[in-house]
Formats: sequence, structure tokens, C-alpha cells
Amino acid sequence: MLLPALALLVAFTHYPAVATFIDSFMSTPKGNRPSTFVGLENYRIMVEDPIFWQSFRNNLWFALATIPLSVGLALAMALWVNARLSGQAFLRMAYFTPTVLPMIAVANIWLFFYTPTYGLLEQIGGMFGFPSHNWLGDKSTALGAITMVAIWKEAGFFMIFYLAALQGINPSLREAAAIEGAGRWFFFRRVLWPLLMPTTIFVLVNAVINAFRMVDHVVVMTRGGPDNATSLLLFHLYEVGFRYWDTGYAAAITVVLLVVLASVALAQFFLMDRKAHY
Amino acid sequence: MHAEAPTYRVPLWIRSLDHIGAWLLALIWILPLVYAVWTALHPQEFSAKFVLTAPLTLENFANAWKAAPFARYFLNTTLLVTLILGSQLVLCTLAAYAFARYEFRGKNILFSLVLIQLMIMPDILLVENYKTMSQLGLIDTLFGIGLPYFASAFAIFLLRQTFKQIPNELVEAAVMEGASTLQILWRVFVPLAKPVYIAFALVSVSYHWNNFLWPLVVTNSVNSRPLTVGLQVFASTDQGIDWSIITAATLLTAAPLLIAFLLFQRQFVQSFMRAGIK
Repeated sequence: MLLPALALLVAFTHYPAVATFIDSFMSTPKGNRPSTFVGLENYRIMVEDPIFWQSFRNNLWFALATIPLSVGLALAMALWVNARLSGQAFLRMAYFTPTVLPMIAVANIWLFFYTPTYGLLEQIGGMFGFPSHNWLGDKSTALGAITMVAIWKEAGFFMIFYLAALQGINPSLREAAAIEGAGRWFFFRRVLWPLLMPTTIFVLVNAVINAFRMVDHVVVMTRGGPDNATSLLLFHLYEVGFRYWDTGYAAAITVVLLVVLASVALAQFFLMDRKAHY
Repeated sequence: MHAEAPTYRVPLWIRSLDHIGAWLLALIWILPLVYAVWTALHPQEFSAKFVLTAPLTLENFANAWKAAPFARYFLNTTLLVTLILGSQLVLCTLAAYAFARYEFRGKNILFSLVLIQLMIMPDILLVENYKTMSQLGLIDTLFGIGLPYFASAFAIFLLRQTFKQIPNELVEAAVMEGASTLQILWRVFVPLAKPVYIAFALVSVSYHWNNFLWPLVVTNSVNSRPLTVGLQVFASTDQGIDWSIITAATLLTAAPLLIAFLLFQRQFVQSFMRAGIK
């Protein structure tokens, strides 16, 4: 019963992970020259590749911006939806809708949104007298622009988990706090926040993984440009692997990504053990 | 929903502040989408001009539909999503049943091996998986796009969890009646796990409907391209094309999921919740 599922898992998860590691020490086969052992050559190429480092920096920046902002917004959204404000159904719909759209569609919509002189952002800016700006074409704003897209897409998804957790919290806690005269902020900081900790960790782990996995919008909106300003690790991997067909070097980049993901897994393991209150 | 029990007296101005904040965020969140719908529904000259009297038209959708083989793309995506979901349900049910109900040597190790896929998704390993697919001759086939996802660690995990909670008495009763293992699975376990199946199906369908990078890599013709890749090819090759048509195509791509979501909001939100809470 286990066999079919396990065989497929091994074939497409474990085997490629191990093969990637081995291939990262091998040269890229070219024509009739088979691949040979080259030691750390691929890693040397990587260390000397400025685009790799730029993608690495961009990815860190992207992660450090998307993670806290999308998780923070998700929490605010969940608290608001849970607070039974008027129009609750509309609020939930508005927050969650980006989640069900394909990233490709989202990227196209935002591409249009950002279009110079023509897009909505420009028009709103124009009304307030701001000069026209090419958000995606300018090196200094392009990464910020695609980060915004990722936050827009993700926050509603994370909101769901906070919402589920909030609905699972015993209402008598809130009553008790009210009777004790605890303020709203105090109640959030001392009661809700600790109770939400497992959810926060779960959401954080997902946010970190996504920060290293989301590239669809880069492919559509900027193709890594201008001047590699929006190239992320997985995008660089895709370019090296499938535009330059340098599979040896691509394997080395994959190993870096695997190390990142494995550290997230380990961190989660230890965090879950120590920090979570159940 | 419980009645509002004694809660702290939130001053009216704070309550209003909550309303303003929540609504402002919701409007900002929905704005890009509303803008896209506006553009798609109006003739090109109104695509960025907001006049209430602008004539409505469906022509952009018709033009987009004619401009690229979207009918074929729709068929491909539908087949692909069905194929993946079908295989996942069968394979993962069997594996989950084995993990939940049988004791065998190395069970825990095998289960941890399964869980690795939760961290290392096939997306990251695309270079190696591409090699495997070309060795198997599956490049540019729907089967090739779907194969790495047939065994889902996530499904195995969710189903195992559910199967474990099913009381043993039910199984014993079925055995007394002379039911075979497969009959027990089909008659007892599967019906009881129905909500989990629905939750997983929604998550899986939206994931694979929206998936992009891997299909982009393994396909190279109209015959196997799913919608997301088709949309990208359409939007990036026809440079001179106007935004009204691209936006219409974008909305077409997202429409089935979007409409399903708007109709079954509750089920969607609950499914995503159920899938996230472990």
C-alpha cells in the first residue's frame, strides 16, 4: 500500500535532492564530453558570480520585507475580521481574494497597475501632483514593487490561520480580562499574542519558505531586471539551468536553496519545542 | 457565534478607528482587482479613464479568446488538475491508511522521509526533475507536469491524522461482517474523512491551477501548456497588444477559481483553515 506513494516521493524528492548534491561537484556535460568530477569548481564559480550575490542579497531583502509585513498585516486582518465590524463578509472577501488568484494573473494585474503614465498608481499619483515614475524600470524601486505584490498575495492566506486560531480561543478569557479591567492592548499582548504563538510560528515558517520559492511574479514583471535588481535565488537558478543550460552550476545553487530550507526546518523543530504554548 | 458577553467598553472613537482602518485596507486590497475588471470590461480608450458613462463590452474577452488557443489551455489545465488530484487521492489514501493502521519496522523513519517533502517541494528541484523527465521521455506531456506531484506528503499527513482518530470499534465491526481491507478502507475510512478530502481537494486544485514555474520548464508546445504558461506566452510575445485584452485574458485564467471562491467562500476559507491546522 505504501509502495506507490513512497516510490514517487523517492523519485521526485529524495533522489533529486541527493543527485543535486552530487551534480554540484560535477562539470556540466557538453556535447560528447561527459560530466566529470570537478570538486568545488561550481562553488568557486558561484562565489565569483556577482549575479548570484546580488540575487542572494535581493532574496534576503525580499524575505526581510515580505515576512514581517505580510504576517503583521495578516494578524491585523484576522483581528478585524474577528471583531465583527460592519461589513465583515466584505472585509474577509477583500482580504482573501488575492490568495485564490494565480500568481501569474496577479503579476499581470500589478504590471498594469504599475505601468508608467497609464497605470492606476500613476493616475492617483498624478492627481496629487507627483511626477511620473517607472516603478518597475527603476533599479531603486523595482524590488520594492515586486515585494508589494508578494505581500498583497500572501497576507490574506496567512490571515486564515490567525482567524482559525482566534476563533479557537475561549471567549471566557476575554470576559475575565474585561472584568479584571484589562485594557485592549494589555489583553492582546499578555493573552492573545502568547496563545497565538504556535500559529505565528507556523505562519512564519511558511512565509520564509515562500520568500525563497516565489518567482512567478519576477518572471512576468521584470525577468530579474533592471540590471538584476529583482533577481531572486530561484529565478537565478532557473536562468542558469534553463537559459544557459549550465546544470553543474545550477546544482550548486540548488544546494544553497536546500540548505536554506533545511535550516528553516531545523529552526522550526526547535522553536516548536521551546516557544510554543499549548 | 456566541453573543457579545461582558467586554471592555471600547470607546466609540477607537471602534470607529477600527472601522476606518479595516475598510481602508480592504479597499486598497481589492483595488487592483477592481481596476483589472474595469479595464477588461471597457473598450480600450477607457482602459485608464474612469468615466461612469463608459460603455460596457465583452469584446476584450472575445478578442483574447481568439488571439491565443485558450480553449486548449483550459482543457490542458482541467485535465492536469484532475489527473493530479485523482492520483493524489488514490496513492495518498493507501499510504495514509498504512501509516495509520499498521505497525511495521521502520515506520517512523519512513514517515519522516515522507515529511521531508513538506519542506523540499518539487519546485526547487526542477533541474534534476527535468533530467528525469527527459530520460523518461515525458517532456511536454501533461503526465510529465503532474508526475512529481502525484505523491503528496501533505495529503498523506492530513489523511493519516484523520484515519488515526477513527475508532477501532468501527473497524472491528466491519471485520466481523467479513469486509476485506480495501472494503473497510472504502466503506468506513473514506466516508468518515470526507471533509478532509474536500479540504485537500480545494487546496490541491487551487495550487495546481495556479502553478507556473515547473509547467513552464517542462512544456514547450500548445499541446501540453497549462493556462498559466499559456497566459505568460500570450502576454509576453504579443508586445504591441493592448492592456484591455491582456487583462481580459488574465481574468479568464483566474475566473473559474475566482467564481468558485465567491460562490463557496465559506467552504474555501474553512478548507484552507483545516489544511493549515495540524
